[in-house]
Amino acid sequence: MRRKAAAAEERGSLPAGPLAAVLAVALVAALTAAVAWGSTSIAPGEVWSVVWRRLSGEAPRPGTDDLIIWQLRVPRALLAALVGAGLGVVGTAVQALVRNPLADPYLLGISNGASLGAVAAIVLGLGAGGALGLGLSGAAFAGALATFALVWAVARRGGGFAPLRLVLAGVAIGQFLSGFTSYLVLQAGDEQQTHSVLFWLMGSLSGATWELLAVPAVAVPVALLWLQARARGLNALLMGDETAAGLGIDVTRLRRELFTVTSVLTGVLVAVSGAIAFVALMVPHACRLVVGGDHRRLLPVSALFGALLLVVVDIVCRTAMDTQELPVGVVTSLLGAPALLYLLDRRLGSGS
Amino acid sequence: MRIEIEDLSVAYAGRTVVAGAHLVAAEGEITGLVGPNGSGKSTLLRTVYRHLKPTAGRVLLAGTDLRQMTALQSARHVAALPQERGSDFELTVREVVAMGRTPYKRAFAGEDGADRDIVAQALTDVGMAEQAGRRFTALSGGERQRVLLARAFAQKPDILVLDEPTNHLDIRHQVDLLALLRAQRRTTLVSLHDLNAAASVCDRLHVLHGGAVVASGTPREVLTPALMAEVFGVRAAVVDHPLTGDPLIAFDHRTPADEAPTAVPMESPTQG
Repeated sequence: MRRKAAAAEERGSLPAGPLAAVLAVALVAALTAAVAWGSTSIAPGEVWSVVWRRLSGEAPRPGTDDLIIWQLRVPRALLAALVGAGLGVVGTAVQALVRNPLADPYLLGISNGASLGAVAAIVLGLGAGGALGLGLSGAAFAGALATFALVWAVARRGGGFAPLRLVLAGVAIGQFLSGFTSYLVLQAGDEQQTHSVLFWLMGSLSGATWELLAVPAVAVPVALLWLQARARGLNALLMGDETAAGLGIDVTRLRRELFTVTSVLTGVLVAVSGAIAFVALMVPHACRLVVGGDHRRLLPVSALFGALLLVVVDIVCRTAMDTQELPVGVVTSLLGAPALLYLLDRRLGSGS
Repeated sequence: MRIEIEDLSVAYAGRTVVAGAHLVAAEGEITGLVGPNGSGKSTLLRTVYRHLKPTAGRVLLAGTDLRQMTALQSARHVAALPQERGSDFELTVREVVAMGRTPYKRAFAGEDGADRDIVAQALTDVGMAEQAGRRFTALSGGERQRVLLARAFAQKPDILVLDEPTNHLDIRHQVDLLALLRAQRRTTLVSLHDLNAAASVCDRLHVLHGGAVVASGTPREVLTPALMAEVFGVRAAVVDHPLTGDPLIAFDHRTPADEAPTAVPMESPTQG
């Protein structure tokens, strides 16, 4: 009995290297499946041959398969992977920033600002021409940046961002902005507008195009590398600001930079996919239970697992119902909440 | 390595908490900081491990002003054990101790064999080698404090700075921790609430009162009935400890100094 309890305390820590390799292989398989499956099924071999032709610069074989694969499904699968990876990374970083393993980047109000920007664009018709293209994303990103500036102004004190102050400022400003968003939704002119607003608010990858991929394709890897370089500083923050200072970390500067990087990345992600719930909260938490809290392992594993999770979820969203597509945020909530409860229960049960 | 604090003033949350403090912690000695709540002990220590910046005066490490070093450089000389206990992020004991290597590591660098040896030695020094794979938050208070001390050892410091290291520990764990500190014979600057613990473990004491050092010397020179009345506002007799021979302060827990029927003589405390 005692030995069992002791064994439970010794974290079931899988070595991170092999785990990352397994996740990477699973991600490639999931991406292939995501492109192959759908209303028109395409053989996995055909998927890769089309991708290969495109990448090697050969003339694409004319036909609908090429169109479906290259113009519709590949960008969408890659967007799912990028957004999932980004959410995993940004969740990990925000949890260290506010020193709470159950924090969520949306807690800091950035996503509410992005949503307000996007909904304003849809309802008020700003940038109406490409309302579902870059105009919408641009409005969302502008909303995110404006909110970031507002939360920064309120939360800063002596240049630093105390965790509680940051969370309170973020929550208050976020609620304030979502009040505006709700008002705008009520003002929406017709059912079609309301529908597209709701779909966007719940998070969706249906707007994926090659153009839309460009910004997250740069932002997610850059943010991951930036954070990885500061992984020891993030570890030290977990123990407390004074401990981190004693280890030679400039805590004020690290917090300021972390808040900026996580806000910009959150803004980018929400701008291209809406506020997808739960992934940024659950992915780092689940990964922490498997590989532990050291950010040098946690950041890359969270990125890979986030990417895998969102690619799989998007397959479910596209194929679960015959007549319509499910918003991806609905499925992440339905899957994520019970999974998180299970993980928490297992951990609290192991006597912490 | 010797540490000198010269005319140090520090403001915290807009209030001057340390005002013109002077003290020296000598090489290889345990130097104690005592004083009532709010006397500036923690604030002074936070300045030494660079969580706070001085508003005036300076901290010298072996004659070099702390502010002439980068934060990483001074973290290779000074290791701190603040009053923080960490939060639940699934870190193992070994991972917490390995954080002590942070000041020596570049971005992206992993731990090499030398780091692992240092971490293992630090864990052995505090008697926690067997617990290396356990979750930090699953430990008892006494075990956690020993792990945090090992984290400070892993920093390979010349000077240890400890803020109330025995807080919240039961008496046996207090004795274990203080015995460990004495056995290490490192240059140590430690704040302690418990004056009897300070009297038996410290080589020299500095008494802080209102942000300034009002008395310095050996525990026997400093801890007098007059100082107890003036600085702490309590009545006390100082006797020899029957077991150790250290000064033992016997407090009157019934009546504060200013309400006592026969006032304690108010000599000025020994200056050293």
